[in-house]
Amino acid sequence: MEHRGGILLIGYGNPGRLDDGLGPAAAAAVERWDHPGVTVDSDYQLTVEDASDIAAHDVVIFADASVNGEEPFFVKPVQPRQAVSFSSHSVEPEALMHMAHTLFNGNTRGYVLGIRGYEFNEFGERLSSRAAENLDRALQYLRLVLEDPRLLDMPRDAAN
Amino acid sequence: MQDTQDLKRVVIEPVTRVEGHGKVTILLDEQNKVKQARLHIVEFRGFERFIQGRPYWEAPVLVQRLCGICPVSHHLAAAKAMDLIVGVDKLTPTAEKMRRLMHYGQMFQSHSLHFFHLASPDLLFGFGADVAIRNVIGVAEKHKDLAVQGVMMRKYGQEIIKATAGKKIHGTGAIPGGINKNLSIEERDSFLKDIEQMREWSRGALKIAKDYTVENLEQVAPFGSFDSNHLSLVREDGAMDLYNGNLRAIDAQGEKIFDQVSPLKYLDYIAEDVRDWSYMKFPFIRSLGPENGWYRVGPLARVNACDFIDTPEAEEARKEFMAVTDGKPNNLTMAYHWARMIETLHSIEKIHELLEDTDLQGEDLVVRGERRPEGIGLLEAPRGTLFHHYRVDENDQVTMANLIVSTTSNNEPMNRAVTKVAMDHISGQPEITEGLLNHIEVAIRAYDPCLSCATHALGRMPLVVRMVDAEGNEVAKKST
Repeated sequence: MEHRGGILLIGYGNPGRLDDGLGPAAAAAVERWDHPGVTVDSDYQLTVEDASDIAAHDVVIFADASVNGEEPFFVKPVQPRQAVSFSSHSVEPEALMHMAHTLFNGNTRGYVLGIRGYEFNEFGERLSSRAAENLDRALQYLRLVLEDPRLLDMPRDAAN
Repeated sequence: MQDTQDLKRVVIEPVTRVEGHGKVTILLDEQNKVKQARLHIVEFRGFERFIQGRPYWEAPVLVQRLCGICPVSHHLAAAKAMDLIVGVDKLTPTAEKMRRLMHYGQMFQSHSLHFFHLASPDLLFGFGADVAIRNVIGVAEKHKDLAVQGVMMRKYGQEIIKATAGKKIHGTGAIPGGINKNLSIEERDSFLKDIEQMREWSRGALKIAKDYTVENLEQVAPFGSFDSNHLSLVREDGAMDLYNGNLRAIDAQGEKIFDQVSPLKYLDYIAEDVRDWSYMKFPFIRSLGPENGWYRVGPLARVNACDFIDTPEAEEARKEFMAVTDGKPNNLTMAYHWARMIETLHSIEKIHELLEDTDLQGEDLVVRGERRPEGIGLLEAPRGTLFHHYRVDENDQVTMANLIVSTTSNNEPMNRAVTKVAMDHISGQPEITEGLLNHIEVAIRAYDPCLSCATHALGRMPLVVRMVDAEGNEVAKKST
């Protein structure tokens, strides 16, 4: 696949399962910004074909809901790693990075943006109020990161 | 009968490389003989309530929230039901063919992913091979071409879905009475550009599945296998039809139990049993009762049940498949993989046929009729027959929704496969290794079950394998 460069943001989760929709909600917001050099994708979960898209970009940000991570959100680099066990048709960011590097010769840097959610176990197309606040904070951070991706490698207060 | 309280218990939770949450519990006696093996499926409940009170036209979008793996199947089944609600029995050619293109795209990508990335590690490296290599990364390192093919075939199918359904997460292509867009010439040409490559890779995958089955028949034939009934939709002339048709059920010898049953009458022929140890129901054919009326669905059932396939290469493959069992239904669990690859080839043949049909560029997208209170939509999803049934009141609100997903139909067969493999491969073994436990998962994976529609958020879904005794004391634990 042709190398496009720039940033790929993949927001994933199920918007029908309350706060599990944080990732797609982040993707929808970023897509509305129409930021140059930024490609946005959204899906229920990560799947293997994302590997080829990842390999075509310089940076990938995996935006997902977090069940028990830091509030309001956390950012951490993703190292390519062999997945000993694939749990399902969906795959984890580390395994996708590994596939992007080994199958598609990518040299992409990857980061997980884990936005803390609280309610996951019911059907419903809404975010809890606390999750919505966390999403706002994460989007403020993303605005800065899309201007200067080097912030992804810095302590988060450097972006404030 | 021995009291199960005195038995040791092996638990695999959740099952790896199948969708959602599943747990296998194996009860062993003091000599490590298997006394009981069960697959417990955590079926998410509450969707019917979620959709009640919503306007009927939202249903084809809302039902996609059920499953992150097969949203297109739910989207189309709900749309078919809503066609009836808006009084439409026949779509325009453009709408019908756009939906079919979407459906074959879904079938193609789902089957490809399952074969190359979930099943192939077991087939290429062996069921008991070191878990460190028996995974898709192992395939990528030893057979890079196959791993890349799997990704690119999946991507091709996903792009077709995107072109026909709209966005991956908010697919709106199918609407009550039709479709909301046609296929542009540019979109058509972008798919035609790669069609020969996709056909070639599909032939290659079919050859792998066929050769594996034939060359290892001695091992494959008894593996988790048993005689069963088979259920699927077929066209009026008996052809395989994955999008539309009437119900046909055959027994293990190929005799018809019923045939050409309208989807609207499904409740007259199919019922659901409940058991105290499982949240998931056990569907069965009414006339045979719950003991004898359970059936398989999915690729194996479809290839067995149809009289022919209406695309030339897949039909040749079907004939070869049926020849192995002298024209009788194939009841081998591991033959699901071969049947799945026949359907993959059929799907890409149908995609090719549709792409060359100018009806896809038609402008007549929607029809309307007289409103009805009830709609039923059936189709053949990648994993098997999918039933959607709705009632809608005079305020256009959904008042009742009933869904039977294919994994529910395969509940009894999967339990039988687990029991058979546990008896044949685990019973009496002095040590229960990961490789032995994987034999159980190989049998389950053949059905490609979608065990539930769980959330996947970070921090969830670890694999935990636990062995505990009858008192609940943990004997061993393994997690990845």
